[in-house]
Amino acid sequence: MANESVFEECKQWYLSRFQAFEDSLNGGAELPFHTTRKQAISRFSELGLPTPGNEEWKYTNVAPIFEQKYEVAAQSEADTDVDIGPFTFGDLSRNRMVFLNGTYSKELSSFSSEGQGLLIGNLSELLENDKVRAHLGRYANFTDEPFTAINTAFANEGTVVYVPSGLTVKEPLHILHLSDGSSAPFATNPRNLFVVEDGGQVSVLESYHQLAGGSYFNNAVAEIFVGKNARVEHTKIQQEALDAYHIATFNVHQERESHFASVNIDLGGRLVRNNLNVMLNGEHCETHLLGFYVGSGVQHIDNHTFIDHAKPHCFSNELYKGILDDHAQGVFNGKILVRQDAQKTNALQSNKTLLLTDDAAINAKPQLEIFADDVKCTHGATIGQLDDEALFYLRCRGIGKDMAEAMLRHAFVADVLEGIKDGALRETIDAKIIDRFTS
Amino acid sequence: MSDEQETIEQFTKSEYKWGFTTDLDTDFAPKGLDEDTVRFISAKKNEPEFLLEWRLKAFRHWLTLKEPTWPNVKYAAIDYQDAYYYAAPKEKKELLSMDEVDPDIRATFDKLGISLEEQKRLSGVAVDAVMDSVSVATTFKDELSKQGIIFCSFSEAVQEHPALIKKYLGSVVPYTDNFFATLNSAVFSDGSFCYVPKGVRCPMELSTYFRINAANTGQFERTLIVADEGATVSYLEGCTAPMRDENQLHAAVVEIVSHKGADVKYSTVQNWYPGDENGKGGIFNFVTKRGICHEKAKISWTQVETGSAITWKYPSVILRGDDSVGEFYSVALTNNHQQADTGTKMIHLGKNTRSTIISKGISAGKSNNSYRGLVRVASKADSARNFSQCDSLLIGDRCGAHTFPYLEVSNKSARIEHEATTTKIGEDQIFYCNQRGIDTENAIGLIVNGYCKEVFRELPMEFAVEAQKLLAISLEGSVG
Repeated sequence: MANESVFEECKQWYLSRFQAFEDSLNGGAELPFHTTRKQAISRFSELGLPTPGNEEWKYTNVAPIFEQKYEVAAQSEADTDVDIGPFTFGDLSRNRMVFLNGTYSKELSSFSSEGQGLLIGNLSELLENDKVRAHLGRYANFTDEPFTAINTAFANEGTVVYVPSGLTVKEPLHILHLSDGSSAPFATNPRNLFVVEDGGQVSVLESYHQLAGGSYFNNAVAEIFVGKNARVEHTKIQQEALDAYHIATFNVHQERESHFASVNIDLGGRLVRNNLNVMLNGEHCETHLLGFYVGSGVQHIDNHTFIDHAKPHCFSNELYKGILDDHAQGVFNGKILVRQDAQKTNALQSNKTLLLTDDAAINAKPQLEIFADDVKCTHGATIGQLDDEALFYLRCRGIGKDMAEAMLRHAFVADVLEGIKDGALRETIDAKIIDRFTS
Repeated sequence: MSDEQETIEQFTKSEYKWGFTTDLDTDFAPKGLDEDTVRFISAKKNEPEFLLEWRLKAFRHWLTLKEPTWPNVKYAAIDYQDAYYYAAPKEKKELLSMDEVDPDIRATFDKLGISLEEQKRLSGVAVDAVMDSVSVATTFKDELSKQGIIFCSFSEAVQEHPALIKKYLGSVVPYTDNFFATLNSAVFSDGSFCYVPKGVRCPMELSTYFRINAANTGQFERTLIVADEGATVSYLEGCTAPMRDENQLHAAVVEIVSHKGADVKYSTVQNWYPGDENGKGGIFNFVTKRGICHEKAKISWTQVETGSAITWKYPSVILRGDDSVGEFYSVALTNNHQQADTGTKMIHLGKNTRSTIISKGISAGKSNNSYRGLVRVASKADSARNFSQCDSLLIGDRCGAHTFPYLEVSNKSARIEHEATTTKIGEDQIFYCNQRGIDTENAIGLIVNGYCKEVFRELPMEFAVEAQKLLAISLEGSVG
């Protein structure tokens, strides 16, 4: 019952914030996209927040997120004194979009990529662009998902990338989100849109970090359109503060013969939920979803993936791994839907979890729904702990217990990290994971 | 409560009493379901007070429940008021010879290889004195009672062993459990009761074949099996012969208590009327089956589900005692418009508990077959071990196969493995058989039987042979 009042209060808060947001837009409220925002907020007021009675939220109670009051992040000029050094990935970050508490910082961002028709910028500046308008809001479903509805209603800041036909963006783009909740808790709704037209290629690194801890709530939504024969590599690393809340929803739409690879790493956050929905809307698509998370303390990390095989001859491969320590809770829900027409589908899914204490818990639900007969679909899930024999082997050779355990944990991550094609990026992320193990 | 109210209550109650005495002379409870119906059933069966109270508690609780909608099955809403909840067992019309039996059913009997005498009994043909099933059953009953084993109909047990019923009824599936189990608790008609005393190994498979009292148990069957310390029993339910039944809804409850070191094996072959090719008619089979394992005990469920328009059941094991073992072996076949949502729950509470789940789903025609299973390891259940395998086989491109496994683990020493595959029958395998002179239909039968071998191996011998043939028959016409 306590939940209900929290949810109702939160709903009212969002509705009132929407009024204020509308007023702050000045002329922005006249744009055609604002109609979508209005639809989204009215849909949200109907939907309300998901309760654990909702099958998709069975194991994740969102009430703790709203047990405190947030401010909408200030619209004022972002602080330029921030040293972004520790959060960059070497050369990889030359091409970067930087957001401070959800607000775009022009001063800290820099661009090195060039190309005819290539478009990279902040959403609020590109809302009127025809190419953006053709895709924005098309793939993210706000009719059923409350958090997508919230995000859509407040969508104004975020990264837009438009890659025209046949263009290969050579340098990866780094989208850097820095949050500082130390002065007051705040809530943001970053909205990203990546459109890669036929034959285009791009690699995106999205990272979320804390500047000075505190409590805040990032509710991100990304729409990714992968055109015919296009190729998108997406890596996300999340290192939010341990008091912060993070919900990220990705809606990927793949056309014929396209290739999409995602690596999703979660190291921080008090309550984390990732929704990764991939629609395979053409033949011969290929999809790789890899994920890894570490939970300790009282962290709650929830990964929901959904691959919709709508067309024949597609291939999808999914591997999610997690390590849970202390009182951490993990959730994995991997749904694969193979529609009637999607013959010759090949779908693999694997989910592995290490539990390090008796207080940690994992709720896994690999789920196959298959309506076509000529398919190969498998899923596997294992839950266990570090292999005693391997540990013994290492200790026989004079390696201390802690070190040996760290080595085995590190080895456990290896096949997820292999999914990151860029060597330098892989090493940087690897180092961050090792840091996390030893912290 | 004021005096006035009390008086009113007493008055209304006493009126009910009068109502019963007149009603007792009839064979039917009036259509519909209310407290009177529950009282009527209980009175008709001359049940002790505690059982009536229990039924009423269940009924009152049922009124507060809503029919669940989460299973992956679709059916028209059931009108619970438009049904009879009690009818005295009717004498079946006896046929004079096998010639009068429906030729379709005879053909199926022949394919299953059921003996002529058995065929007669199943189709209600008068049997000669030598093979009288009643006398056969009595002989077996004598043998069982020598060992102290109680095996009788539920109504009989209520009269003769009320203490045991009072102790165990609802101890595994409480009357508050779920919509259909609660309904069953309120209005259950009859069923079987089995008690195996300490250290006794039941000398034969307890099977419905030899059961006479429980004939015509109606749609709300209730089974209770108790194996005392160190006892062993194997129980067979159902039969491979096609069963025609007028009742559309079947909501049965099975409870098993396996005491320290006991071993209970429960096998089911279910082949109720699945409806016609267009999905019209057929039985709704909504069953709650659950067992509880004490220390070092074992419960093994084996099921072959080929019938019913909708099958919805999750035979479960609560592994409460340390070192207890739960097993689940299942073959679920759906054809035409059949729907199945079946699986198991393994709840690990004790230390060193082990469970195995092998589920084989076969979907053909326009059917939908779902596996839904839960493996839960509580934080105290050290060194729990589970292995699950659920495979689905698709025959034809209009059917669906789904898996919904839930793994909930909160103990670090647990080892849980789950794997699932979905495939169709390889064309190369069929081609190989064709080359060797086996036609496609038989080849599919052969391959499907090979696919289900792991489960059939767990069935008692004579059941296994019949189950294999049954599978082939159920698949008939699925190859176009």
